[in-house]
Amino acid sequence: MTLLLEAARVARKELLIEWRHRARLVGLFFFALAILLLFAFSVPETPLLRQLAGGSLWLGILLASARSLDQSFHVELEHGALEGMVLAPVRPAAIFLGKATANAILLVSVGACLAPLVIALYDPPTRGAPWVLAALLTLGCTGLAAPGTIVAGITAQARGASHLLPMLYLPTVVPVLLAAGRATAVWFEGDPMDQADDWMLLLLAFNAIFWPLGAILFARVVEPRG
Amino acid sequence: MRGLVVEELAVRFGPRWALAHVSFEVPEGGSLLLLGHNGSGKTTLLRCLSTAIPYDHGSVRLDGRPLWQDRATLRPQVAMFGHATRLWDDLSARDNLATWAGLVGVADDLDARLARVGLADTGDRPARAFSAGMKRRLALAVMLLKRPRLALFDEPFTNLDAEGRALVSDVIDEVRAQGALTIVCTHLPDLGARHCDTALVLDDGQVAWRGAAADAPRGALP
Repeated sequence: MTLLLEAARVARKELLIEWRHRARLVGLFFFALAILLLFAFSVPETPLLRQLAGGSLWLGILLASARSLDQSFHVELEHGALEGMVLAPVRPAAIFLGKATANAILLVSVGACLAPLVIALYDPPTRGAPWVLAALLTLGCTGLAAPGTIVAGITAQARGASHLLPMLYLPTVVPVLLAAGRATAVWFEGDPMDQADDWMLLLLAFNAIFWPLGAILFARVVEPRG
Repeated sequence: MRGLVVEELAVRFGPRWALAHVSFEVPEGGSLLLLGHNGSGKTTLLRCLSTAIPYDHGSVRLDGRPLWQDRATLRPQVAMFGHATRLWDDLSARDNLATWAGLVGVADDLDARLARVGLADTGDRPARAFSAGMKRRLALAVMLLKRPRLALFDEPFTNLDAEGRALVSDVIDEVRAQGALTIVCTHLPDLGARHCDTALVLDDGQVAWRGAAADAPRGALP
């Protein structure tokens, strides 16, 4: 079986679990929405709120991703399924690629639902082309999912995993938050200086580093130490 | 040499040795009954043999090949039916089995496999809704997706009714007939001895007794 086929089967399993337990996905969306709403209430000035729309969208996605990553490993550890996959044997790189891909797909769906709500709530101008926002959401969410899956894998088996995960994950993805937030703000306000391309390149570079790194390092995360 | 050879195996958890100086062989076609009190190291030994945990000293060879060093290629030949069911609670029994079949690379009639473990009518129910015994049956179906060379059974009769115990007994006989080396760890020595030739009793991580399974001590160690 090729690595990609194995990864596709892991991703399919992840998405099937999410589909069968849709309450978790809905909960994730409402969690992110609550953050956006609370943020909107805390900033009563509309012009300022418009400027913060891009950053707020990504803050909502980021915090939702921390919850989603935690859940993604919790279901694996409940009855030893992760160890079972390693012993099956499924290659650790395939487990990483499958889980990270499924996490990215979940985050893109949450982001796609949140984006119109941000536009409605924060009332920013929307000067960019829709496909650019779609590309931004994809690059940003894949940029969160890859390092998030590595960190969640590391912390999952530690005591106090749900506290440890955000402590390690959030600082790691600051470049993604920065680049995606700025690029989205530029998308809202218009981009006469072509700044979005640079932020997109940064996101691309972040992805180019963390996806192969995760595939290489994940054996150290899930394999028993010898 | 064909078979399983364990020599001077030792496993340490922090400062405590969970296993020490454990040596035994399971020859071609052989089956070992593993006995011992709670905490004597039985599960640790089986987890070592399944490559779920590494060992600190000694060697384990399966058909002459070092199990830990060659684990990438030997893992498809090792199957364990243990305490962990390896199931995803949110998936149905059929989805669980189909997922594992996909990951192991087996494509055949999953309904027949569910029927084999007595879950033909409950395949669409989520594993979360299953009783402990039904989960064990489903875990057995998952284990049987492999055609193992080394089959490890850790407390295989736990949580099962009489029918379930008979099913597990059939499965142990079946994998033995297919040529698997089997190790059965149980607190029910009479039941285990029916399937095994030799027995090993562990006490505090060390071999305390070895001999024919029929002669294995039933109560306190001699």
